[in-house]
Amino acid sequence: MDKVSKEFLEKHSDVINIKFSKYLRSFFYLFLIISYSIFAFYSLGFNKLTDQFKPDFAAKLIQDSYSYKDHINTKWSDTSDVTISYEGGAFTKYDPKDFPEWFLSDTNKHSVIFNNQGIIDIFKDRIEMKGFGDEEEKKLLLTFKLLNGKPTVEGYTFDDPKLPKWIRVTENKVEVRPSLFERLQVYSEKIEIHRFQFGWKYFFFDFASPFNKYSSSELFLLFFSSNRLDPEISNARFMFNEFLSNEQWFHGLVFSSLRDTIFMAVIGTLFATIFGLLLAFLAAINITPFNFVRFFIRRFFDSLRGIDFLIWSLIFLRAFGPGLYTGILAIAFTDTGTLGKIMSEAIENIEKNQNEGVESTGATRNQQHRFGIIPQILPVFVSQSLYYFESNTRSAVILGAMGAGGIGLLFLDSIMTGANFENVAYMSILILIVVFLMDTFSQWLRRKLIGNVFVAIVK
Amino acid sequence: MNNKELPNHLKYLEDNLNKMARTRMLYSVISIAAIILILATGTYVAEESNAGSFVRGIDNFFDYPIALFAKTFDAGFSWFGYVLDYVPDLLYTFNMALFSTIVGAILALILSVFASGNLIKNKTIVWTARRIMDICRAFPELVLAITLLYLLGRSPIPAVIAIIIHTAGALGKLFSEAIENADNKQIEGLESVGSSWLSRIRFGVLPQVMPILLSYGLLRAEINVRASTILGFVGAGGIGEQLNTLIQWNFGAKITAVMFLLILTITLLDYFSTFTRQKLIGGSFIIPKDK
Repeated sequence: MDKVSKEFLEKHSDVINIKFSKYLRSFFYLFLIISYSIFAFYSLGFNKLTDQFKPDFAAKLIQDSYSYKDHINTKWSDTSDVTISYEGGAFTKYDPKDFPEWFLSDTNKHSVIFNNQGIIDIFKDRIEMKGFGDEEEKKLLLTFKLLNGKPTVEGYTFDDPKLPKWIRVTENKVEVRPSLFERLQVYSEKIEIHRFQFGWKYFFFDFASPFNKYSSSELFLLFFSSNRLDPEISNARFMFNEFLSNEQWFHGLVFSSLRDTIFMAVIGTLFATIFGLLLAFLAAINITPFNFVRFFIRRFFDSLRGIDFLIWSLIFLRAFGPGLYTGILAIAFTDTGTLGKIMSEAIENIEKNQNEGVESTGATRNQQHRFGIIPQILPVFVSQSLYYFESNTRSAVILGAMGAGGIGLLFLDSIMTGANFENVAYMSILILIVVFLMDTFSQWLRRKLIGNVFVAIVK
Repeated sequence: MNNKELPNHLKYLEDNLNKMARTRMLYSVISIAAIILILATGTYVAEESNAGSFVRGIDNFFDYPIALFAKTFDAGFSWFGYVLDYVPDLLYTFNMALFSTIVGAILALILSVFASGNLIKNKTIVWTARRIMDICRAFPELVLAITLLYLLGRSPIPAVIAIIIHTAGALGKLFSEAIENADNKQIEGLESVGSSWLSRIRFGVLPQVMPILLSYGLLRAEINVRASTILGFVGAGGIGEQLNTLIQWNFGAKITAVMFLLILTITLLDYFSTFTRQKLIGGSFIIPKDK
């Protein structure tokens, strides 16, 4: 080896010959992380995940989120008397004179036509079903009858292997479910048919609304028409009221909850910013000469921050009851601590040169603060407040579910009832949109106010 | 100062300056007015929609803490026993938070490499990775966790999955910003000696950004402890669920014991992460963007 390369090797030996112990240390850390992860994987019960997960249940809920169903009910005692209702609700029954077009009545039978061209015919003493399942099964004509008061499939014995897989015959019930979109249940007393369709029905106007019978172009004309449906108010106003008071989708309630949530985030952050900034000057070493004031304010910030917004919300919930104040104050208290701490550090970290420069022009002390300090801390101040505003939009949703109200609580309630998963889907989409809009707005504002300064989030 | 004494170009300058100052003033006045308006309407709406009024709430503000402390005082020395009783629940919650932070950070690292324009030249991939992170980040953990809890049943797993998804999005964005702000010269140097893409990341990018990534990860761990406590409230188990039960039954002394544990953990974690962060990146949290 020549002299030059030897010298080079000696000079950079720390880079080229990394000590074995250093290798060992990184492997040790890696080993620690991996072994902890394996431990956590089992202790949290991830290995039992497949036992808990019920695919049928999940599929049903997910289907409910994007489709709706109509119930067709009748009794064996009188099959000519059929009721059709939207989602099986007691108040959403179709008028017998105005049944949907997929329901046909003849002299001796009723027919329900499905989207896959399958037909279920209801006769006086039997039900016939044709055109469901795969290509082979589509040719089958299945007949369901009462035999000795028990529902049976004609021509097949109880748990016949030749029966299609989607038919389940039990003691008191025959359950037929060719796909997620069709379902027939035959009991000894009654017959229930579920006809699923894709989409969110009655999204704009609910079942009872007079606007349902109009097409979208007719609605558009009606909106501007002076021909009033309700003589008291204009059509536009009427339509708007009908939309907000939708009984199936609760638009009015959802929107007012969203407004509450946004208010919680905005007002909470604003209060936190104002109080945080004011107190930050008192906590900064180069502004406040009194040590005990600084110490006191710092510990105050720490305790505000340390008591999490969860615990604040519990205390405020007792004092103010469920509502906006709980959310606003919980956000304001926690973030006054955090923002105050950040601001006071920013004030302490400022460059003295600018202040001295302003001083050299003969400025007074107030002017020094105004033109020497404020322009320096303003970017930090604005960007941090906006970052906190972004994260507080999410916090406000969470606070809502903890009891403060707003969209969080509504979301929790509607998922706990477990019936209308489409409402859950609708609300989560709205939450997503609001959070996204708030993020975009705050990013836009930040760029507009302070340009492209990259400030790390501290929260 | 008299304008007539000034030379022409200075006069022009001063006019412009005054004009700008006026516009600035106008903007400030408008924004202050907007803030006052928002505060006024907000408090009005809050007063309307809240169950109790603000003034009555202020009167009651100290009732609950005082009642809690009175009960704690009554419990005497057995209170310390209560504190110890809830340590296992705290560890359970901590376990959830730590595991989801680790997995989330690994996912975030992978996503952020694909979302950084200086490592990936294909714009479609960068765009897709960024949108994936946006979607992961936009969902509040709670919304995801409640939905998953409903589908998977009561267990810590839904909460962990929800936190992982949110962490991957939130950390991924910060990671990719840090990677994009890294010095490109080292990557180019490695490229010039013919190193592969992976070793460019390993030797060119990671040593530069590792301290920042680690400090972000620590912050996230701290946030995730709070998040998993909250998710306990809706059925994920751990100390959050205990606190929820205790509050419903109004066991004063036990409530303060759990609150004490929570505040202690959060404060300790806060100091630990600040301390480590200062060691890693020298305490400054403002990183100016050169571009």
